Amino acid sequence: MNRIDKKFKELKKRKQKAFIAFIMAGDPSLAITKKLVPELASSGADIIELGVPFSDPIADGPTIQKASSRGLKSKTTLPDVFNLVRNARLEIDTPIVFLIYYNLVFHYGLEKFVKDAVRSGVDGAVIPDLPPEESKELSRIAKKNRFSMIHLLAPTSSVERIKKVDSVSTGFIYYVSLTGTTGARTRLPKELSANLRKVKRITRTPVCVGFGISTPAQVKEVQKISDGAIVGSAIVKVIEKNIGKKDLVKKVGEFLRAIKTS
Amino acid sequence: MLPDKYGKFGVFGGKFVPETLMTALSELEISYKKAQKDAKFRKELDNLLEYYAGRPTPLYFARNISKKASRKIYLKREDLLHTGAHKINNTLGQALLAVRMGKKRIIAETGAGQHGLATATSAALFGLECDVYMGEEDIHRQALNVFKMKLLGARVIPVYSGSKTLKDATSEAIRDWVTNVRTTYYVIGSAIGPHPYPMIVRDFQSVIGKETKKQILGCEKKLPDYMVACVGGGSNAIGFFHPFFNTNVKLIGVEAGGFGINTEKHGASLCKGSPGVLHGNKSYLLQDKFGQVRVAHSISAGLDYPGVGPEHSYYKTIKRAEYKSVTDKEALEGFKMLSEMEGIIPALEPSHAIYYAVKKLAPKIGKNKIIIVCLSGRGDKDIDIIKDL
Repeated sequence: MNRIDKKFKELKKRKQKAFIAFIMAGDPSLAITKKLVPELASSGADIIELGVPFSDPIADGPTIQKASSRGLKSKTTLPDVFNLVRNARLEIDTPIVFLIYYNLVFHYGLEKFVKDAVRSGVDGAVIPDLPPEESKELSRIAKKNRFSMIHLLAPTSSVERIKKVDSVSTGFIYYVSLTGTTGARTRLPKELSANLRKVKRITRTPVCVGFGISTPAQVKEVQKISDGAIVGSAIVKVIEKNIGKKDLVKKVGEFLRAIKTS
Repeated sequence: MLPDKYGKFGVFGGKFVPETLMTALSELEISYKKAQKDAKFRKELDNLLEYYAGRPTPLYFARNISKKASRKIYLKREDLLHTGAHKINNTLGQALLAVRMGKKRIIAETGAGQHGLATATSAALFGLECDVYMGEEDIHRQALNVFKMKLLGARVIPVYSGSKTLKDATSEAIRDWVTNVRTTYYVIGSAIGPHPYPMIVRDFQSVIGKETKKQILGCEKKLPDYMVACVGGGSNAIGFFHPFFNTNVKLIGVEAGGFGINTEKHGASLCKGSPGVLHGNKSYLLQDKFGQVRVAHSISAGLDYPGVGPEHSYYKTIKRAEYKSVTDKEALEGFKMLSEMEGIIPALEPSHAIYYAVKKLAPKIGKNKIIIVCLSGRGDKDIDIIKDL
């Protein structure tokens, strides 16, 4: 059982839902990410989602696009991020998953990617532009190495697709709350809870919800009807606002503790 | 016939998109297949192509450059089409499809503005709402087309991210589609994107090659020896080449050599790139050693793209076509040559193909050989760039 599965088991026992925090590696620098990762862990993140900067993040809205640009500007590469996780593993045991676009994985080599990821202590990956149809080879390698393949579901996914995604997902399923790109929204879509109930009826893998979640109330609302809430852009905004300030890491920790109400 | 049921041309192509779009892509594929089999749809499209867009376009024997090159050179005159380029072949087809699918809004990405213009034109014709994404850099380079799109009632949305050119306009159009997928049809302008787009665009553009075949058999009683077309995303080239796939005709795609393909500034994905995944498909791609997509460069906004249609990657791999490059400077020479010698002002994109055919290819081949160049668009849009040189 890898760290993610263990975490969900543990949460279930405690009757709690997961809180997943996203930051972009290298935003604004690798040195700061290195401090942020343990801060997220100690401020209540059950799972850390670490973005690997990419030149063309088509699933991301302006906030994470800018974070990705800052990551590229600080010259953060995939081997750097592996290194960062390897070092973080000396301090924390919180599950860490990558948010990574497929070209970076493909270019690195599928087998090498999974092996280096597992060796560094990365537990799984969310690849927003890799639907199950295109991930057979990677899934095979991932399975062999007990690396979680976290596939996505969206409000437009049919029942057949929900079944398919459930059958190939390991760790958890990333449910996209709305049709759109990442980014904080003032309101979550009305049909979210009905959609989630449908998904939960069909799936066996834990389902966590991301996209648009930025307030404690939204976190609570989403946790009530799923297995966890994923917060990304809202945290990235705190980082963005505090770039160059001494207490950036502290501010992010405070934000996390405030938004994670349970 | 390719692509296969997974949308693959060999190992290239496929559907590398967010889950949100997967259902929409399946719906599009089903609707397209139905439309293809529907005689009414085909008749309506043929009608529009003939009476609205101006097909068939002439196959012109370019007497003066032929004389200069001492070889027979023909030009397939897509530049004479309504809106000034081959793009209208595809946008009329896709807009008709959008109407059939009950969509009221269409969006597009554009580089040189020709696809945006053709989409805006089709939107005006069918009464659809139309938003066109265009890189800020291209908005400056192609001001005339921006103005035309606005006249036609479209909204031109500037894209400020990344290189501010076609690559980023495409990413932004995909983001719009992810957001408005239920109401919006995305008209992709080149033979790129996720399946079924590369197939749909190729099919709609294949009218170029089909006509060419009939026309050359009419005047020469045989097929040409060489066919040359410029390749950015590669829609004019694939439409021109595809009907000749099962012949012995040599097919040559000409990419943007920019400042030279041994510099960092060019758009020659097939000549200098490696396989990668961008904008929904696997194909040759300009990327750095970590897989970050590089910024392309070309004097012609239409070739300024770091990727290329997956079917071209397939043609390259199986050696069905050859891919070469022509620099900015050489393309300008091609532009001047055609203007001065034939009285035809070409767009900068096909100027690459003209230069290659006349200056590089003709001297290498036998005197009785026949070359056809796809003249994919006219040069009005590029006048400001030329004027400022």
